[in-house]
Amino acid sequence: MSMLSQTLALGGYGAYVWPAYGFAAIVLIGLFVAARRRLVRAERDAERMRAALRTPNSRS
Amino acid sequence: MASLANPTRFSRLSAKALPILLTLAGVLIAAGLWLGLIASPADYQQGESVRIMYIHVPAAWLALFGYTALAACGLFALVWKHALADVLAKAIAPVGAAFAAITLVTGSLWGKPTWGTYWVWDARLTSVLILFFLYLGHIALTRAFEDEARGARAAGILAIVGVVNVPIIKWSVDWWSTLHQPASITRFAAPAIDPSMLRPLFVMAAGLFAYFFAVVIMRARAELAARKARALAIAVAGRADLDVPAAAGRPA
Repeated sequence: MSMLSQTLALGGYGAYVWPAYGFAAIVLIGLFVAARRRLVRAERDAERMRAALRTPNSRS
Repeated sequence: MASLANPTRFSRLSAKALPILLTLAGVLIAAGLWLGLIASPADYQQGESVRIMYIHVPAAWLALFGYTALAACGLFALVWKHALADVLAKAIAPVGAAFAAITLVTGSLWGKPTWGTYWVWDARLTSVLILFFLYLGHIALTRAFEDEARGARAAGILAIVGVVNVPIIKWSVDWWSTLHQPASITRFAAPAIDPSMLRPLFVMAAGLFAYFFAVVIMRARAELAARKARALAIAVAGRADLDVPAAAGRPA
């Protein structure tokens, strides 16, 4: 067994440790990406509406 | 806290806090991963599976902290009608639910090699599962009504009633001696954990707390911006209506 795979095996517990970290990473990164996407979209919408209100007689 | 309840002030302060929190979260989580996965020893009983604890325990703390915050928001919204409380509750619930899910999944993955089973209906495990369902209930109730304020009110009541589960989770390991071991870190005694293992635990916890606040702030700001956009859209539509009668010759 190579050094790397031996390290990753974590004394036989790798099959539990890596999925635990992987699941946490997927959930936390997913939550962050979703929050940022939501924030960017909402701020863009608000800005567009502000612009629409500023332009006279706009019907967009 | 009361001064933060003003949405304008919240916007200003949170815009300043967000980059700091995101940096803290990135640095501390990276350090926590390094300490937890590489620079700490295996446990003499748990072996390498102890590394799961460095996410499991902080995630559980945050799941409980998030729910307490959710109940506090519910109380502020119901009793004092704070404008920001509903926004914050809506921002917190999915983040808290995520941490409850991480607590359950990582605990389960630790339980298999340690206890020999992924799941038992132990008092601690069951009460955390209920916490997860309370979060889901809050999310569902928030979205269940056409009228947003009614949904927020119903969800707020659920959050307040459900907070009884928080002390049950906390002391479940002492009240019912089933499978889950009692806390190793308490305020009144020296922790029963070696510093080499406390370090990754606390660094990761600090990083995840920073992450929690950062994502809650992002979600709250998004909600405020979305509400602003809706209000402005009504204003724009109202003005368009005012324009139409003149253009179409309808009576105003």
